Amino acid sequence: MAEQKVRRRLDLLGLLPFLAYVAVFLGVPTISVVVGAFQDDAGGWTLGNIGAAAGDPYLHAFVVSTEISALTAVIGAVVGLAIAFAVSASPPGGALRQVVSTASGVLAYFAGVPLAFAFIAAIGSQGLVTKWLGSAGLDISGFSLFGFAGITLVYLYFQIPLMVLVIFPALEGLRPQWQEAASNLGASRWQYWRLVGGPLLLPPFLGALMLLFANAFAAYATAAALTNGIIPLVPIQIAAVMSGNVAVGQENLGNALGLGMILIVGLALAGYAWMQRRTSRWLR
Amino acid sequence: MTAVADLTVATQGPRRKLGKGRVAAWLVLIVAALYFLIPIAASVEFSLRGVHDTHDLSTWENLFGQPGFVDNLITSLELAAGTVVITLVLMVPTTAWVHLRLPKLRRLIEAICVLPLVIPAVVLANGVLVAFRGGPNWLTGTPVILALEYVVLALPFTYRTLDAGLSSIPLTTLVEAGRNLGASWLTVLLRVVVPNLRTSILNASILSAAMVLGEFTIANLLLMNTLPVWTVQAGQQDGEVATAASMLILIVTWALLLLMSVFGQRGARRTGRSG
Repeated sequence: MAEQKVRRRLDLLGLLPFLAYVAVFLGVPTISVVVGAFQDDAGGWTLGNIGAAAGDPYLHAFVVSTEISALTAVIGAVVGLAIAFAVSASPPGGALRQVVSTASGVLAYFAGVPLAFAFIAAIGSQGLVTKWLGSAGLDISGFSLFGFAGITLVYLYFQIPLMVLVIFPALEGLRPQWQEAASNLGASRWQYWRLVGGPLLLPPFLGALMLLFANAFAAYATAAALTNGIIPLVPIQIAAVMSGNVAVGQENLGNALGLGMILIVGLALAGYAWMQRRTSRWLR
Repeated sequence: MTAVADLTVATQGPRRKLGKGRVAAWLVLIVAALYFLIPIAASVEFSLRGVHDTHDLSTWENLFGQPGFVDNLITSLELAAGTVVITLVLMVPTTAWVHLRLPKLRRLIEAICVLPLVIPAVVLANGVLVAFRGGPNWLTGTPVILALEYVVLALPFTYRTLDAGLSSIPLTTLVEAGRNLGASWLTVLLRVVVPNLRTSILNASILSAAMVLGEFTIANLLLMNTLPVWTVQAGQQDGEVATAASMLILIVTWALLLLMSVFGQRGARRTGRSG
């Protein structure tokens, strides 16, 4: 018994390098942000940073970030679901599936800076599409890529593929037998979706919505490259605070904003994980 | 909602081949394809623009001559290599050890590895700045800190890839066989575990390299010069140069990932597994 206990302790020692690494390079920075959010410049405890982060202009940034994240999550989820449905109609193992799944993986995670330039090249003032439409008599130069609508359009470029990636397994998991069983029992297609397919897909759909929300909320690179930091999103405000564009005595404001981001993103991802667990009960 | 319901008609199979659902499905896919392809096509066109509505390769030819471009490209490549090396040295032994000796802790380690998703890159950069403010210059004054943090950023991808690879081989049997034949742990790791995991190791390496080559947030906020940071700065003066540079990032990243999916399919075929 005692020997086993010793061995188990020794086994745990094998995790030490990994745990130490994560503690230093993820744990320490995160704790610094959380602790710093409640400290003043002299190191004393205060709620002043939280108060400042929850007031204007930063409250406005949280509102804009939430709006853009929610809007791109909803549109991304609906369009992504439609694409996943369209693809699931194609034969398994076919070229279409291969292309869509590979492209989704690539587009969902590896857009970043190039995405901003791609959209400027397409519908910026000198863009290809702007020129085409211009020569066709349609002037879209009034549409600003750098505002709310522009950011939304650009964010969908990584939101939709992420939705396809996340929802496709659930869609594939709906067994044809269930549909056959329903129709043998006299259910119409509408009844099947209302009573069987819909309820089964609802948790993964809601989970995906939250994942997409968190994904957009945390995104910085594309917005920064696209707008040069003029759109008031929370990550952009944090970057501005970090580069010193802030009043004296508010050095810890960036930490308070960061804490707000961690809470919102963490909550959304927790919701996603919870829905995922519910889905995994019938998936596979 | 009705559009979605219509699409599902197509799942019924070949007898509804020309049904309404089929048409709607193709319509969705074509519109999506246009949305995703046009910006890329426009980037290519933009980077090929010459003077007075002509197209030539001059932007691309001049790209490597742009001040700072080559230096930053090299920094980014070095960062990718460094991140891959640290990731493998840290994560291959750890994941193998967990599978072998601490299978009950797999969920916990997985949970730790997805934590970086909860901490947005901006916040992590801010934390690094605050936490390591008084740190030694070799750490915080050089891209070394970037490579160390990129390992953390890539953890959700790399852990999952290595974990999946380990789950698909009879690890315990292999390691016991090696140990019984008198091999040391290090020998077992390098000559038994690593060769059996080569596809996963390759995939984890490619994923982290691709992530590093495009990473902008942390590099920019820690005031380091990398290729994406250079690209955004160049974009303030010369849109064509920046577009060409960002196309280069995209092409290299996508080529890496495509390579991975090719290897993945070959591996799946060899072991007779799908996916």
